[in-house]
Amino acid sequence: MFRNQYDTDVTTWSPQGRLFQVEYAMEAVKQGSAAIGLRSKTHVVLASVNKAQSELSSHQKKIFKVDHHIGVAIAGLTADGRVLSRYMRSECINYSYTYESPLPVGRLVVQLADKAQVCTQRSWKRPYGVGLLVAGLDESGAHLYYNCPSGNYFEYQAFAIGSRSQAAKTYMERRFEGFVSSTREDLLKDALFALRETLQGEKLKSSICTVAVVGVGEEFHILDNETVQGLIDAFEIVGEETPAPEEAAPAADEPAAPDQGAPADEGAAPMDI
Amino acid sequence: MKQQSNWSPYDNNGGTCVAIAGADYCVIAADTRMSTGYSILTRDYSKICQLAEKSVMASSGFQADVRALQKVLAARHLIYQHQHNKQMSCPAMAQLLSNTLYYKRFFPYYAFNVLGGLDNEGKGCVFTYDAVGSYERVGYSSQGSGSTLIMPFLDNQLKSPSPLLLPAQDAVTPLSEAEAIDLVKTCFASATERDIYTGDKLEIVVLNADGIRRDYMELRKD
Repeated sequence: MFRNQYDTDVTTWSPQGRLFQVEYAMEAVKQGSAAIGLRSKTHVVLASVNKAQSELSSHQKKIFKVDHHIGVAIAGLTADGRVLSRYMRSECINYSYTYESPLPVGRLVVQLADKAQVCTQRSWKRPYGVGLLVAGLDESGAHLYYNCPSGNYFEYQAFAIGSRSQAAKTYMERRFEGFVSSTREDLLKDALFALRETLQGEKLKSSICTVAVVGVGEEFHILDNETVQGLIDAFEIVGEETPAPEEAAPAADEPAAPDQGAPADEGAAPMDI
Repeated sequence: MKQQSNWSPYDNNGGTCVAIAGADYCVIAADTRMSTGYSILTRDYSKICQLAEKSVMASSGFQADVRALQKVLAARHLIYQHQHNKQMSCPAMAQLLSNTLYYKRFFPYYAFNVLGGLDNEGKGCVFTYDAVGSYERVGYSSQGSGSTLIMPFLDNQLKSPSPLLLPAQDAVTPLSEAEAIDLVKTCFASATERDIYTGDKLEIVVLNADGIRRDYMELRKD
């Protein structure tokens, strides 16, 4: 993309019918570090790469819990992502306060998309520079959506966003037809493998990635470092370098939710899948 | 003749709540009778709500307001968890409840609350409230239609002797969890005898280091 005379304002069309500011916002998403999502019939997994500015600083938070049954992974301007997560949390709380039931994921993404669209049609605003992978579970099943700065949203079986996401997409394109009937463990394995693809040779370890799950009977929660490292070791995902020494970590059989931080009995909406 | 208003936004659904704090546990109890006037609406309505992992609230009064209050606190707790990534402590919830009640100082929640739980050190704590949020941490309390019958009895059993009394008396030996539960059952059995709005069934919630547990006891149904 090159600078041109139609790209100063978000409210200026180009002769080809493009809004360049919106497209530039989508570029910002491509520059962010990778985030991927995949879903089966009963579970959705989100995973993201956490790059710290320097060894001295902490990682940027890229995965947010929005409600018991919904979580989001972001790529791009993480500050915009944080603000949108706060909006999503607020919407979920207000909906369940009024209707005493969880906000269906499809409704939330529409509200989010409408919010993004507003910023593409006001001269005093700018589009949000963040792409969101929304993972959630509701009465109609497991869902994964992608919301982009343009105000569009799509539902996916599996998707990846951010830098080097094409490598993850290629990995998942070959396998996605099997995802719908994957077990939770297989889904986690595929998520970690797909994430590794975006690292291009760098060693995958739990300190540089975040993984989160939501599923039937399992509230949305972020897996803690030991669990993720255990999974990496168990699936032997390390890659070209020599594998890390085997920790006395849990075996490939994933322990139940309780020691991952969030009790599974809080109850996502009861599923009849 | 000046028109007098005969419609009230409030109703009293009766009932009694009690909470007792121990060294490492807290007992919160309430009857399950819901009434209006001299009629019974249901014999099986819970007045107890778990607001957080270590905070349990029992409320008597106007149950529509009680339910609204519970929902507001639950929503606020969820926001807190999103922002701080942890559960609210019982003292924090106590302050939140007070602020929430005072927020409606000029159209109050007709709710008489007792908040029980474990504090940051794991010791039992009980907070007692009036309808507009005035609160105090105490060792035990009761609210509701039977509180006038129960409170003097609890004072007799649990109140520490005054340090001004001579000869110097030891502070009351702390109750065990089983003794506290038994005391609560005794309170309600007695209150049920004389308070028409208390009875049917007693719901007892116990919070301790092992978690939370719920028990029931039948009460007189007349």
